[in-house]
Amino acid sequence: MASGKREPFDNAFVEWVDSRLPIFTLMVKEYRAFPTPKNFNYFWNFGAIAMVMLVLMIVTGIVLAMHYTPHATMAFNSVERIMRDVNWGWMLRYMHMNGASFFFIAVYIHIFRGMYYGSYKKPRELLWIFGVLIFLLMMATAFMGYTLPWSQMGGWAATVITNLFSAIPLVGEKLVALLWGGFSVDNPTLNRFFSLHYLLPFVILGVVVLHVWALHVTGSNNPLGIEPNGPQDTVPFHPYYTAKDTFGLSVFLILYVVVTFWFPNVFAHPDHFVQYDSMVTPPHIVPEWYFLPYYAILRSITFDIGIPFTDIVFINAKFGGVIAMFGAVIVLFFLPWFDSHPVRSARFRPWYKIALLALALDFILLGYVGMETADAVKFGIPLVYVGQICTLYYFAFFVAIVPWLSKNEKALPLPKSINDAVLAAKGA
Amino acid sequence: MTSTAANQNKDDGETRREFLFLSAGAMGAIGAGILAWPFVDSLNPAADTLAMATTEVDLTPIQVGQAITVVWRGKPVFIRRRTSEEIAKAEKDDNADLRDPQKDSARVKNPEWLVLVGVCTHLGCVPLGQKGNDPKGEYGGWFCPCHGSHYDSSGRIRRGPAPKNLAVPPYEFVSDTLIKIG
Amino acid sequence: MSIRKFAFSLFALTALALPAHAKEGGGHGEAAQHWSFKGMTGTYDRAALQRGFEVYRQVCASCHSLNLLSYRNLADLGYSEDQIKAIASEYAVMDGPNDEGEMFERPARPSDRFKAPFANKKAAMYANNGAYPPDMSLLAKARHGGADYIYGIMTGYADAPENMTLMQGQYWNAAMHGNIIAMSPPLSDGMVSYEDGTEGTLHQYAMDIATFLTWAAEPHMEARKRTGLKALIFLLVFSFIMYGVKKRVWQDAH
Repeated sequence: MASGKREPFDNAFVEWVDSRLPIFTLMVKEYRAFPTPKNFNYFWNFGAIAMVMLVLMIVTGIVLAMHYTPHATMAFNSVERIMRDVNWGWMLRYMHMNGASFFFIAVYIHIFRGMYYGSYKKPRELLWIFGVLIFLLMMATAFMGYTLPWSQMGGWAATVITNLFSAIPLVGEKLVALLWGGFSVDNPTLNRFFSLHYLLPFVILGVVVLHVWALHVTGSNNPLGIEPNGPQDTVPFHPYYTAKDTFGLSVFLILYVVVTFWFPNVFAHPDHFVQYDSMVTPPHIVPEWYFLPYYAILRSITFDIGIPFTDIVFINAKFGGVIAMFGAVIVLFFLPWFDSHPVRSARFRPWYKIALLALALDFILLGYVGMETADAVKFGIPLVYVGQICTLYYFAFFVAIVPWLSKNEKALPLPKSINDAVLAAKGA
Repeated sequence: MTSTAANQNKDDGETRREFLFLSAGAMGAIGAGILAWPFVDSLNPAADTLAMATTEVDLTPIQVGQAITVVWRGKPVFIRRRTSEEIAKAEKDDNADLRDPQKDSARVKNPEWLVLVGVCTHLGCVPLGQKGNDPKGEYGGWFCPCHGSHYDSSGRIRRGPAPKNLAVPPYEFVSDTLIKIG
Repeated sequence: MSIRKFAFSLFALTALALPAHAKEGGGHGEAAQHWSFKGMTGTYDRAALQRGFEVYRQVCASCHSLNLLSYRNLADLGYSEDQIKAIASEYAVMDGPNDEGEMFERPARPSDRFKAPFANKKAAMYANNGAYPPDMSLLAKARHGGADYIYGIMTGYADAPENMTLMQGQYWNAAMHGNIIAMSPPLSDGMVSYEDGTEGTLHQYAMDIATFLTWAAEPHMEARKRTGLKALIFLLVFSFIMYGVKKRVWQDAH
């Protein structure tokens, strides 16, 4: 970044700083002049929206932590004190609680956009990998935050999820005791969860910096999936995309405000409002909605994996479920290598488009299965079978359908340039 | 002619554009400013803290010449039942050379009862002088061990680095033997 | 473009699902009553709150605690400071230790928490045949259906169907999960006489206690909706202006 050439600034102070540390030059280069494809649609808003949600979560979280007590006997009441006695505490808490949901909404749309328009493909593989890493860290952070109010739902979610690790052969039980710091989910567990819940968002922020850095090296992808050829294909980021992102953000925040102020508990279960009791498990434990598809995958592995018609078992059902659940996220890391098709955008890959939209519906269906009880039957169909078929499709998409399509799918003709396509669309 | 009109149109468009950008920027800034307030205000004392802001003290067990310390808003409050000598001395010193001049009568509701916030006005230590064997300083009131401030039997600063007299908290006599502080 | 259609249908689905989900929270088998606090600008009916507090005080409080509430919170119900002091002083709370190291009882002050009927959960269970009367501070949020559920429980008692045998200390209730409840019917017509002259019927008691408990669970609901309305109006105007800005900026792009 220590390039010799630097345009001087008019403002004397700015110039003084910039000649010593070219931070203003950097800002101008990366956020004002940065050449950005001019054909983005509104799906490209969600990166900026997710960024704002992350900042909002950190700021509300810091203030909430000033009032929260991470102790097994006091945590629940300290949250209620925030809700009742702290000035604006109810608002900050509801903003944080629902902010997590809206952060995930933004990130899920952002991921889907990346998959639809092939943003993970060469040369943006590392950019994609940082993105998946952020997603993984978000899941860990959200899960630990869920435990902090020390409610029936939070405490038992912590018990169930940490118990997943007991499935690991040989070291499982020891590992779980290590996670808990005891023989059950108790005060030591709560304390470390609080510590990590405070730490991880800043790790996320660090990875976001890498994510954006990588983006600014390769430049943005666009709905056509072809690289810009020159200045006629791009616009400077400011004011074009600052204006568009702010507009998109404002509309997104309208939805956020409606939920936060009128339906603040719509994502919450009644058992969030009962203090944790290690002796009584609520009849129906559900994770937050953004984990439901993965929860369904976990529960779909109801069978041991081994040599058929013998007693030889390699992986029992419990461990199989855990592998499948974590595998469902891990598989995302390898998407750039599963898909080697030269064309990026699904606009020009009709079969990939169908397969991906099917995956999106599959994912929503998994979420529905995850929401219902394990033995639920709808329309005469046991939901566990639905979950198993959906899980099969989920993995088949990545390891079979996409690799096959990338060898055999014939793409539609690509436009010559972004500018041509934009002008053609305007003329039509 | 036509070119002037076109120019004027362009200027009008330019002005409207400027106005639009300006109002968007102003609105964004105002919105962010208003949003900042709840975050700041949440650091102020909460409703339960404010509700604990008054303390009632029963004075019956205190003998003449004795003093007790009670907690009010997390701070010590000194309540001393003064002897007639202490009262006389405090009143006599009304005209002495005081750093923070104040008459004794302005510092009490009933001369027998002196109620003070027990926090040295220098840097917030708790002065000594409540117990019988405590050093009471040169003026028979309180002595702050941190930096050597001497207070008299009316709680006025007489010597040492403290700039002001010991503060009198807001209080009232609910009855002859019961006061409410705060 | 199919991606647009797809996104739109997803959005529409979510928009439909949200209120449906919210309604599910308010239904769950119980008939939905008409509540003053529902809706975009709904507020708590102060008279109903005060009556509900009377019902709590005279009936529920003998078994159910309200641990998260303090007497000072009654100001929300429209009581004056003196009235609150008078109410609080009717209860004796434990304080101390005093200078002799002894715990002692004194009349409650507005800053004290509501006095609980039992010293702890074990004592509460012991006094109630092993069934724990739950703390009611968050009851309206801790049960599917909220106020409608509470109303349903209060009015849902009936004789058990013939094919069902109840053990001693069990009662049949239409709103209860599994229809078996360990609480004897707590309210009946004329049990509490209201100061404001409202007729004391079971329906009225059930409505009032449900309103009171909804307030107890969510005391800042009115401020929440007011603040939300301001934020919403701000964002609508800001979005409108930003749309104009975006249009203007992009005008000369192509």
